[in-house]
Amino acid sequence: MAQKGLVEITVKVNGRVVKRAVEPRKLLVNFIRDDLGLTGTHWGCDTGNCGACTVILNGRSVKSCNVLAVQADGAELLTIEGLASDGKLHPIQEAFWENHALQCGFCTPGFIMQTFWLLKQNPNPSPEEVRKMLAGNLCRCTGYQNIVKAVLDAAAKMRR
Amino acid sequence: MAVTAIFGARVKRREDPRLITGRGRFTDDIRLPGMCYAVFVRSPYAHARVSRVDVSKALKAGALAALTGSDLDGKVGPVPCAWVITNAEIRVPTYRPLAIDKVRYVGDPVAVVVGESPEKAHDYAKLVEVEYEPLPAVVDQEEAMRSGAPQLYDDVPNNVAFTWRLSGGDIEKAFSAADVVVEKRLVNHRLQPAAMETRGIVASYEASSDSITAWITSQNPHIHRFLISAMTGIPEHKIRVIATDVGGGFGSKIHVYGPEAVVTYLAKTLGRPVKWMETRRENFLATIHGRDHIQYVKLAAKKDGTILGLDVRSIANLGAYLSTAAPGIPTWLFGLMLSGPYKIPAIRCEVMGVLTNTAPVDAYRGAGRPEATYLLERMVDILARRLGMDPVEVRRRNFIEKEAFPYQSVTGILYDSGDYLAAFNKALEKIGYAEFRRRQEEARRQGKLLGIGISSYVEICGLGPSRAVRATGFGLGLWESATVRVHPSGKVTVYTGGNPHGQGEETTFAQIAADQLGVPLEDVEVIHGDTGMIPFGMGTYGSRTTPVAGGAIALACKRVIEKGRKIAAHLLEVSEQDVEFRAGVYSVRGLPEKSVKIQQVALASYAAGSRELPEGTEPGLESTAFYDPENFTFPFGTHVCTVEVDPETGMVKILRYVAVDDCGVRINPTIVEGQIHGGVVQGIAQALWEQAIYDNNGNLLTATLSDYAVPTAADVPEIETDETITPSPHNPLGVKGVGETGTIAATPAVVNAVIDALSHLGIEHIDMPLTPARVWRVLRETRKGESAK
Amino acid sequence: MLTLDQFDYFAPSTLRGALTLAARYRGRAVFLAGGQSLLPLMKLGLLSPKTVIDLNRVRGLEYIRGDGRWVRIGAMTRHNSIATSRLLAGKVPLMVEAASLIGDPQVRNMGTIGGSLAHADPAGDWGSVLIALRGVIQAASLGGRRLIEADKFFVDAFKTRLRPGELITEVRVPVPPKGSGGAYLKLVRREGDFATAAVGVQLTLDKTGAVSRAGIGLTSLGPVNIRAVRAEEALVGRVPTDGVIEEAADAAASDARPVTDPLRGDEDYKRAMASVLTRRAIKLAVSRARGGA
Repeated sequence: MAQKGLVEITVKVNGRVVKRAVEPRKLLVNFIRDDLGLTGTHWGCDTGNCGACTVILNGRSVKSCNVLAVQADGAELLTIEGLASDGKLHPIQEAFWENHALQCGFCTPGFIMQTFWLLKQNPNPSPEEVRKMLAGNLCRCTGYQNIVKAVLDAAAKMRR
Repeated sequence: MAVTAIFGARVKRREDPRLITGRGRFTDDIRLPGMCYAVFVRSPYAHARVSRVDVSKALKAGALAALTGSDLDGKVGPVPCAWVITNAEIRVPTYRPLAIDKVRYVGDPVAVVVGESPEKAHDYAKLVEVEYEPLPAVVDQEEAMRSGAPQLYDDVPNNVAFTWRLSGGDIEKAFSAADVVVEKRLVNHRLQPAAMETRGIVASYEASSDSITAWITSQNPHIHRFLISAMTGIPEHKIRVIATDVGGGFGSKIHVYGPEAVVTYLAKTLGRPVKWMETRRENFLATIHGRDHIQYVKLAAKKDGTILGLDVRSIANLGAYLSTAAPGIPTWLFGLMLSGPYKIPAIRCEVMGVLTNTAPVDAYRGAGRPEATYLLERMVDILARRLGMDPVEVRRRNFIEKEAFPYQSVTGILYDSGDYLAAFNKALEKIGYAEFRRRQEEARRQGKLLGIGISSYVEICGLGPSRAVRATGFGLGLWESATVRVHPSGKVTVYTGGNPHGQGEETTFAQIAADQLGVPLEDVEVIHGDTGMIPFGMGTYGSRTTPVAGGAIALACKRVIEKGRKIAAHLLEVSEQDVEFRAGVYSVRGLPEKSVKIQQVALASYAAGSRELPEGTEPGLESTAFYDPENFTFPFGTHVCTVEVDPETGMVKILRYVAVDDCGVRINPTIVEGQIHGGVVQGIAQALWEQAIYDNNGNLLTATLSDYAVPTAADVPEIETDETITPSPHNPLGVKGVGETGTIAATPAVVNAVIDALSHLGIEHIDMPLTPARVWRVLRETRKGESAK
Repeated sequence: MLTLDQFDYFAPSTLRGALTLAARYRGRAVFLAGGQSLLPLMKLGLLSPKTVIDLNRVRGLEYIRGDGRWVRIGAMTRHNSIATSRLLAGKVPLMVEAASLIGDPQVRNMGTIGGSLAHADPAGDWGSVLIALRGVIQAASLGGRRLIEADKFFVDAFKTRLRPGELITEVRVPVPPKGSGGAYLKLVRREGDFATAAVGVQLTLDKTGAVSRAGIGLTSLGPVNIRAVRAEEALVGRVPTDGVIEEAADAAASDARPVTDPLRGDEDYKRAMASVLTRRAIKLAVSRARGGA
């Protein structure tokens, strides 16, 4: 089907169904931030390296700057805003707080979403495995040390 | 200095709840009704004359505004240089916010367009037509100085913006008395700060009050306000700058950039909010770069390793324009620290600042001190090698002893306090130095390359005493402000001129005030970043926030306590001299049960009746302090790193990294350690991976995060931290700064380790970054040299 | 702000629909598979297509199937699916090893094997792996299907033998027999980076312990993924002693046609790494073929 002009998409975002019309060229990260007003997902580069834009799309962690919004039509999307439930923090969020795993906080939502996915793949990772699974997320402030600590802490919390 | 357990406690950060739930407010998160978007058109050439800039097609297509440099002439002035250094002949070229006749680096902006949406603005920008006449470009500072090199400015001959000198002691005597003179050319290469959030601004004009509100990714909102006012002519008091959450700075968000003033101007002329956020590519092309010194160093020493003198000639690449603080970084902040932690009796330093067709260079984490420490720590190791001495021994021999403090360096600076040997010994013990040397011997027998590198540093931070700072030519004093306001209910708001962007001062400043005033931590709120709410502040950089902004808070708290004492005495019906204050309680000396809490005193100060307030005392309980430190602070330490080098691929693997640091009293040890982790990783990154690379035509080859090699979690080691605590005697809290020490120390620790791993092969030095290809080539040439014998 | 230039967008749901569009737009459209290479190019303004055809909705292109002596992998199969495939871990572990070294985890969740091959970046990993495995690429058009051998697939940097109107639909890999081993070794500046140099080796030892079959693919060592023919020949028919392996490694250095990369290493360095990595990869493959790790 030919699509000129705007495309109608329907996306389930953090459990809520939304319908919008978007230009095909709109990136998913901009759709999330501008069209949906969910500014917790950030962007920090133009080549898909920094991972600040990481969200969960149909159960997989992806860099939303490297996905077109139209690709999310019919999909389920989980962003940082959808992680805490009823005002209660997710164990990953708690672990980041307790372990001083953030400084400026700009990269943090991306790290937390990637952690959410990586712990689903491997609920009991070693520190080396954690570091490798976080290689798609860049942080300039923390030197990663406390982030790794937080992920391991979250993993332990979630295994209980 | 600590009164309660709060001061010095590992308190969880109160910044975190909003940041871990995605409720932070970064500049790109700001949405205002009617907001439109700006895009800048930038030069693809490193050096060119601009003969035509035609924005008519963009306007015809519907751009809300489209401006060229000529349109701004007389309306938005040049970007000022705020550090016109003394001890130098300096020329400050004109730095227009949009270039007019000439562009001088790839990324130099020539036009701006505004559209209703980011997509429209993007499309309009493509319709701007610019005619360039390319000129030859020069990117290397030594080449730029040669006769015949392309000239960036008619009024800056040989592209030399300044020559700066500093010396102390008798350098001729030092070199004539020397048993050995080590000469080396060292390169401290160019870096890109690469904060995760790029720069941007949302400027909004309010017609009813004829005022501007601008959200800016700034490390110092008042400085942005001051300089944007100067550039646009909008009165200073009619501009409000808000630095909300800022995603990292590392120095790159101190400076005022042309686009920030241009967007402010656009908001005023359009009468609607305008947003501009730079792409990562723009950030790498046009946000300041760091370092880029070529240093010719001569070290004079006795054969027992005692250093007699240091002679440094440094050629600093400043890029195409002089950025806000640029001249002071490779000069004052570098030269003053050339003694390092050592007793060096004679130092001579000459620095030439050279303009080239590259991005402007300015302060990047460490700002001058990494360049000084790298120079010293490399030269000490080379000296040790030449004398056949252990590098540990050479350092021990030259350390300033702890009895010598405060120590007057021949460069003119007075180190406040230090015990270099204690941190040094602790670090060596922690890494197991002697045991590692044994392992290294064994490994060498098997052809394996293991190395250990030491970096002992002291650095100058807590910028800084205004008189000293002004004497260097910096435009304003580096005092800091604080208002401590106790509300009638006894809750406290601290307004600080410090501007944390990740460093955690919303938490640590609450710890200071809670401790000083003796109120619960949760009763203290810290406000920063909004010029509409805080007194004039100089911002956060140069590891100044804890010592100087913290000092201001301590001073303001002291004044609040003193005023409270008057009121407490009145309430307790005793004289002021008989009232003691401790941990939030005013009590009568000798009669502790006769007391009143600070919360009661606060209420009384506002109730202000005859029973509550003594005659002649003003109501209210708050104080504003402007704290001008009497000296800089001098944190120090020793880092040690062990590495293994793969002889076949040249790849370097860090085995262990130990950091022993002394930043005086620690308000929140967890936050201190976090600063060290982050700083160390940036320092390691310079040693091994990161480099801003221009080709000969001035094209930046590292303009993306795919090309510029910022490390990931999988690349960096765990950092083992430890400390010594030597308070600063002049700081009210005994604290020193720590934000940059990791970066300053780490680079030479890693380089020294790699060279140490190769030293038995006769290799004395390799310039950074120690990429696998570079290490491999040196090894291969060494092997060829061997087989040629 | 990240903004792309405008384009027309199609999202066909059948292969026939995709091929019809491919035929109609013959070379004037780009195809969106994983998007991990395409979208960065568009964001940087290096590519500005007028038409984008999204293959993510085409049914039936994501699968990993054992089919007798072959494994068949749909072109839209994500790198991560390959990296975590139990079937491939058992039958073609070289693919699992290589997949887990591509990019970073998020890239692997979206990037596809077909997209990677069609993009033909000389730093792409899949081409070298398929060359080592003697894999074939199935290309389909409205006119039918054909199979192209991996080592014949790449013409030049970012250029393949695909004709306008053709799409990759499947990758087929012969299942290595007993006594086989493979290894993919990748040298990078930092985790997630493109290869400075990488070598994929897949070999089989016969009952006498000699190499009966050897495939060697080189990444980032030339304008295309290169089949190291001379290195293969240095191994085949011989027992892989240290000396033999050394000869093969030297031969790989001459098979390589490296170009200086100002960021990752000059020609000399890359050529030397061709040799070092080939030697190490062969040793590892041999040890795996012998039943070791």
